[in-house]
Order: sequence, then C-alpha cells, then structure tokens
Amino acid sequence: MPNIEIKNLDKTFLAKDGTLVEAVKNANLEVKSKEVVVIIGPSGSGKSTLLRCVNKLEIPTGGSIVVDGINITSKQTDIRKVREEVGMVFQAFNLFPHLTALENITLAPIKVKKISKLEANKQGLALLERVGLSEKAQSYPAQLSGGQQQRVAIARSLAMEPQIMLFDEPTSALDPEMIKEVLDVMTDLAKSGMTMLLVTHEMGFARAAATKVIFMDEGTVIEEGTPDQLFDHPKNKRTKDFLDSIL
Amino acid sequence: MSPIENRKANKIKHEEIRRYKIIQMTDGVLIPKKNDGSVLNSWRVTFIFSIALLFTLVVFFPDPYRKIFLFVITGIPVTFQATICAIIGAVLIGTLTGLGAVSKHKIINIISGVYVELIRGIPLLVQLIFIYYALGRFFSLDGMLSAIIALSICFGAYMGEIVRAGIQAIPKGQMEAAIALGMSRAQAFRFVILPQTLKIVLPAIGNEFISMLKDSSLVSAIALSDILKRGREYISRTFLSLETMLIVALVYLTITLLLSWLVGKLEERMNENA
Repeated sequence: MPNIEIKNLDKTFLAKDGTLVEAVKNANLEVKSKEVVVIIGPSGSGKSTLLRCVNKLEIPTGGSIVVDGINITSKQTDIRKVREEVGMVFQAFNLFPHLTALENITLAPIKVKKISKLEANKQGLALLERVGLSEKAQSYPAQLSGGQQQRVAIARSLAMEPQIMLFDEPTSALDPEMIKEVLDVMTDLAKSGMTMLLVTHEMGFARAAATKVIFMDEGTVIEEGTPDQLFDHPKNKRTKDFLDSIL
Repeated sequence: MSPIENRKANKIKHEEIRRYKIIQMTDGVLIPKKNDGSVLNSWRVTFIFSIALLFTLVVFFPDPYRKIFLFVITGIPVTFQATICAIIGAVLIGTLTGLGAVSKHKIINIISGVYVELIRGIPLLVQLIFIYYALGRFFSLDGMLSAIIALSICFGAYMGEIVRAGIQAIPKGQMEAAIALGMSRAQAFRFVILPQTLKIVLPAIGNEFISMLKDSSLVSAIALSDILKRGREYISRTFLSLETMLIVALVYLTITLLLSWLVGKLEERMNENA
C-alpha cells in the first residue's frame, strides 16, 4: 500500500545573507493509499519545501519520511528507486525543451526502466491521449501553451507508473483560462485512485477532489481535516485568518 | 590576440554569460551582425579590402607576391588539420573540465579548477613550447601530433569555462525534473543537460575555433609547417621579409573573416531555432 508518513520533519538552510532559515519545523503528516491530500498556506510557509523533501529534492535536516514502507531519510536507501515510484509535477513545468512532447514522456522509461523504444512510444501516445494532447506528440515544448506543457509534464511523470504523485503548485504559473484544463487532468487522476500530495492555491479543486486538507504556516502543520471541516469550520485562528484573506 | 588579451576577453565573456545567460562573442573577431544591413559594415569593408589587396598583389605583381602566395598557401591544410583536430580535443577536454567544475565531488572540482587556473596563468606560447618538449622527452611523437595535443590542452581550459557557463545557464528545474523521474545525475547530464548546453555553446566553440586558428601560428615556432612557418621558410631563402609577411597576414585575415562570417550565420540559425 503506497503511503507517506512524515514525522517531526525539520528543514533548515543557510540563506545567502548567512541567516539560518527554518523552512520546515517539526512537521507531521500522513498520506494514506489513494488519498488526495492538499497542503494550503501562505507563501513562505514551507509547503513546497515539505513536498520537495518527499522525493529528496531537498535533504531534510531532521525527522523521518517513510515512503511506501521505505525510510528515505536513512543513508542506506537508494533514493533513485523511491523517485521511480514517486512522480513530481513542477510549477514551472520543467519540460525538456530539446525534446518533443513524446520524447519528453519516453526518455525516462527508456533510460531508467530500460523498456524498448517501441513500447515506450506506445505507452507515451496513450498517455498523451489521456491528457488530451494526442495531436501534439511531435511538438516541442516551446510550441505548446502553458496548460498544454503542464499536461505533458503530468503525462511524463505518469510514464514511470508511479504509486504516488506530488504536485508543486501546478497551476500557479498558468494563465487563468488554462488552469481548468490542468485541474481536469488532475481530477481524473484523483478519481482513478492515484495517491496524491499537492501544494496548490486552487481552493475549488481542494474542496472538490481532496480527501484531506492540511494548513501550514511558518513551517509547521497547524491544522488538518476534511475539506468541509477545514474550509467551513476551521478551529485554529490562523487557519481562519488565512481563509478569510483569500476567499 | 595575445594570451593575456585572450584571457581578458574570455573573462568578460563569462561574466556576460552569467549575467545574461547567453554566450556572447567578445573575441575581437569581427562578426557580421544580421541587423547591420548597410553595404558598408565593418566586416564587409575589411573583407573587400583584404581580398582586393591579395588579388591585386598576386595578379599584378607576380614577382615576388604570386610566388610567395603559392608557397605560403601550402601551409593552409596543415593549419586547418591542426586546428580542426585540436578543437575536437579541446571540446572533449572542455566537456570533462566543465562537468568537473559543476561536480558535487570536491576533489574533482578542485582538479578541474586547478587545471583551468594553471592554463590561464601561463602564456600560450610558453605552454605550447613546454608541452611540446615534455611530449618529446617522454613520448616520441611527431610535430603535428604534439601540436594538436598541446593546443587541445591549452584551449581545453578555456573551453571548460565555456562549457561550465553553458551548463550553469540551464535552469535548475531541468536537473530536478530529470532526477525526479528516477534518472541518475550522470544520465541527467547526458540526456538532458549536455544536449541543451551544446546548443548554447556552439557559437562560442566556433569563436574559439577562429581564435585557435590564429594561435596555431604560435606552434609554427616549434613544430608545424603551417602558413606562418612556410612564410618564414620563404624569408630565409629570399630575405623578402616584409613582402612575405604581408601575404601571410592577408591569408590569415581572409580565412578568419570567412570563418567569422560562418560563425555569425551559425549563431543566427541558433537564435531562430530558440
């Protein structure tokens, strides 16, 4: 059963001016199999840092993270094996600009999973169809709109057949009219039973698709609950203030 | 261009790369600019001048200029052979050095850093002669091969800086996306970072090629029968030093101008595709 258990997570780093920044402080969080967990909170509250610790794009400075039964904070763990199981979608898409949409999707399966090019292409085209971009297989990222790029990026992550998907503000860099097409793909994915952990400012999506919502502030988890509980009856004052400020 | 000027130009070039994340051409070679549509741009004026002068001298003053010309141009293939082989060597060394400079291993970092500092701190002519004699002492290599190796080692350092700047110009998200997909850092470099770097640094490599073509004349002091050496051979026979060097200079100038035009075209195509 794929799940994520984050216990007492700390992440501090040295800022450019020499000050110590505590991005995440003693954060606890659990994502069960097939859950869709949305992290919300003000900017600079450590949401993205927490998310990036889950596939070790950031190295935690304290606490533990167990992904699918594997303690990734232990030194013996081969993080690459974990990363194959955990897909990630970035705010800035980060598609490979020198490769076509299809090549973007097939690169990792061919090089990491060592499947044949033929098989990878077949799978890649099916994924492009799933995100509604069959006709863009031969387009380069620069020829695609932001929404299309993000959908290709989602397909690229799915090509590794991950058990868990991480989304780091996937719609924040998009023009308003393109947000929906990306959220639709994410909603479909949630419905298909994918375990998902997201950082997003799309409260509508959180309310509709999330099984659990987490409110973070100043590096700590302040409150968690079902969307109804958290959005309609927040217990903590900081949660209330934050929701008042954005809704 | 002297090694010191060269170094200075390189330094400026790298500052600019870091600031604007593009490779600027600052090697002092005249690069025709696309937007400079006027008939009298500096590249054209220089090119027409050099061709006209060369043509006039060779056609209307066969003695001694045509003789000199015919003698000197036999060095062109040698110059090109040395330059082309050495640029390939320099790109290979430069890629390794550039990767070393961005490596996470401190030791590899320092090795590539020391190599670059060492090369940049010694005049090119001194390095070339030193490497040539060192190669001659320990391995018995012929002049051409020694020259190629010496030029590769010298230019590899500058190339390494270009590659490093090129790698650092690639957004961080590219590496993150690649490793998030389960690739190793080596795979990420090979399939994601370096192909993009190559595209950025190609005009700069072209520029280094022109630089090297000129600096390869330094090797004639020791080993190669290149354009300059042929000229000096001619002088030693006829004592027509000024006439011969005029032809030698014009031959170099014409080749360099043609190549810089080619590099300009290359850069244009790159910009169109970007």
